[in-house]
Amino acid sequence: MPFKETMKIFKKPDCLTKIPMRYCPGCGHGIVHRLIAEVIDELGIRENTVGIAPVGCSVFIDEYFDCDMIQTAHGRAPAVATGIKRCLPNLVVFSYQGDGDLAAIGTAETVHAATRSENFTTIFVNNAIYGMTGGQQAPTTLPTQKTTTTPYGRDTKIHGFPVKVCEMLASLDGPTYLERVTVSKVAGVLKTKRAIKKAFQLQLDGLGFSLVEVLSPCPTGWGITPQKACEYVDEVMTPYYPLGVFKDLTKK
Amino acid sequence: MGIEKYKKGTKVLIKGNEAMAEGAVRAGCRFFGGYPITPQNEVPEYLSWRLFEVGGTFIQAESEVAAINMLYGASACGTRSMTSSSGCGISLKQEGISYIASAELPIFYANMIRGGPGLGNIAPCQGDYFQATRGGGHGDYRVIVLAPNSVQEMGNFPKLVYDLADKYRIPAMILADGLLGQMMEPVSFDFDWVDISKIPSKDYILNGCKGRERRVINTLHMDVDVLEKHNWHLFEKYNKIAANEIRFEERYTDDAELIIVAYGTAARIAVDAIVKARKEGIKVGLLRPITLWPFPEDVVAKLAERVGKILVVEMSLGQLVEDVRMFANGKSEIYFYGRPGGVVPNPEEVLGVIKRAMKSNIKAGEFCHLKKL
Ligand SMILES: Cc1ncc(C[n+]2csc(CCOP(=O)(O)OP(=O)(O)O)c2C)c(N)n1
Ligand code: SF4
Repeated sequence: MPFKETMKIFKKPDCLTKIPMRYCPGCGHGIVHRLIAEVIDELGIRENTVGIAPVGCSVFIDEYFDCDMIQTAHGRAPAVATGIKRCLPNLVVFSYQGDGDLAAIGTAETVHAATRSENFTTIFVNNAIYGMTGGQQAPTTLPTQKTTTTPYGRDTKIHGFPVKVCEMLASLDGPTYLERVTVSKVAGVLKTKRAIKKAFQLQLDGLGFSLVEVLSPCPTGWGITPQKACEYVDEVMTPYYPLGVFKDLTKK
Repeated sequence: MGIEKYKKGTKVLIKGNEAMAEGAVRAGCRFFGGYPITPQNEVPEYLSWRLFEVGGTFIQAESEVAAINMLYGASACGTRSMTSSSGCGISLKQEGISYIASAELPIFYANMIRGGPGLGNIAPCQGDYFQATRGGGHGDYRVIVLAPNSVQEMGNFPKLVYDLADKYRIPAMILADGLLGQMMEPVSFDFDWVDISKIPSKDYILNGCKGRERRVINTLHMDVDVLEKHNWHLFEKYNKIAANEIRFEERYTDDAELIIVAYGTAARIAVDAIVKARKEGIKVGLLRPITLWPFPEDVVAKLAERVGKILVVEMSLGQLVEDVRMFANGKSEIYFYGRPGGVVPNPEEVLGVIKRAMKSNIKAGEFCHLKKL
């Protein structure tokens, strides 16, 4: 049956501005941005949301999200989120952070916001590398993975072991919801959106700290094609960082 | 309990740290984030219950780094916020203060200086003058620095700090030493309880974009032209502050042949020494900078032209004296007496120094370290 008029069935979420994103082809950040924006649209909270930009490749998200935004110092987003949410508890607050930001320089802020169960949502993009500064070792860089500061591969005897953020935070009583997902395949993208939506919803319900860890490709930092990068997420990252729910206090 | 107890004009006997904390609450502070450190612990201890009483938020943060960033958030959504620490902790806060200065948000922070460098000790000291007046963190920025010299001023300055911070959208601080924080003196607050609902709403705060364009608070400007413009904008603002907000106290300067420049506790000791000196017929006066930044530069310049000798007394090793020398600009003999490491000089000692400076004969513009004479 022919359409009478053209119907728009796919568009940019309202919560994204018209500014084009500056990510490399095949980067996971753009996908995660879109999912967050879709969730904000679906929950109808755009006008009541404050987003927090980290330092890292996603430092420019204050340009991309069409809601109030604040850009912060490297690793300090959870502390800034705490200040905002405690002063204006009716706002929806989310921080968006990479692995260097969240699990190296900002580890203390992350752990303590989680253990205080601050009522905001963290979207944690784990790409196992420092993208913005040119591909150095991250706290989440995998054993044997080559980076510009582990040119012979990460040797755990020299460089120590990767930080498993969800597992670490799950040992605390504070956090309400911790899930690790991936955007390497369509099924994972859909699951990621469900996890983000759940995290925002439980913030709206006043239930406390939630974090969604997204395993995300960084083809540029890893020096491989976008396609290979997605395979790397599935074949190398996921076995080390198992997907799933690590904590969910909403399920008693 | 607090509101009634501390009505405007009521005299109460409290510690300097408590006076500052109560003054902050009376002036509208509704958020405190901080980390314990001696000699300022009475501030968080007081605010942990006092802010609760007035519906505010108190958080004992995991570190000073986190505390200052909590203020970044609190101030970004329009809340009058406060943190306090001592030198070691302020060092950790400098990163955040630089961001807050760039984002042009108003905050109130206090440094109750202890002996340094390193872990130093917990005795009263003025060794963080450079840290405070030179910004301390990275980049071209300034903060307003107020230096009280009594518990009374510790109680009244928070209102001034918030008003200046709001007016100029700038971090503003109280710089005092552990002695001013620990000692008890009578205080009567000289300002009315600030009704926070009547503080004019700010057009830059983040509170959700309902009914307006979205707002962004950002300190990243990749385009050099944009960042240069932002720096010039800050520069103009700092000039405006320097033109309008300098505060100082002059005593016995009319007929003085020697002027002591000192702030905070050192200024109080200097006054005692001056009174003793005058009893012996030595004409000594005092210039007490109250704003350490902006510094009363014209006042120093004029005094240097008129008075032959300037003696800088500080509980640090030649920090304040650098500003005095800069603005005296070779017009006067400059003597310096400093006690670092947490040692508080006594008035007799300073009187001795005054006498040595009066007898000494150095050229105008020269600098004489009296400890080494
Ligand atoms: C205090 C401080 N130290 C270092 C930097 C430099 N820096 C910028 S981004 C970055 C790493 C970001 O990596 P990650 O958080 O993993 O995000 P990605 O770029 O991979 O998305 C570093 C070290 C900085 N901006 N500030
Ligand atoms: S460097 Fe990596 S994380 Fe950064 S934009 Fe490129 S692909 Fe994305």
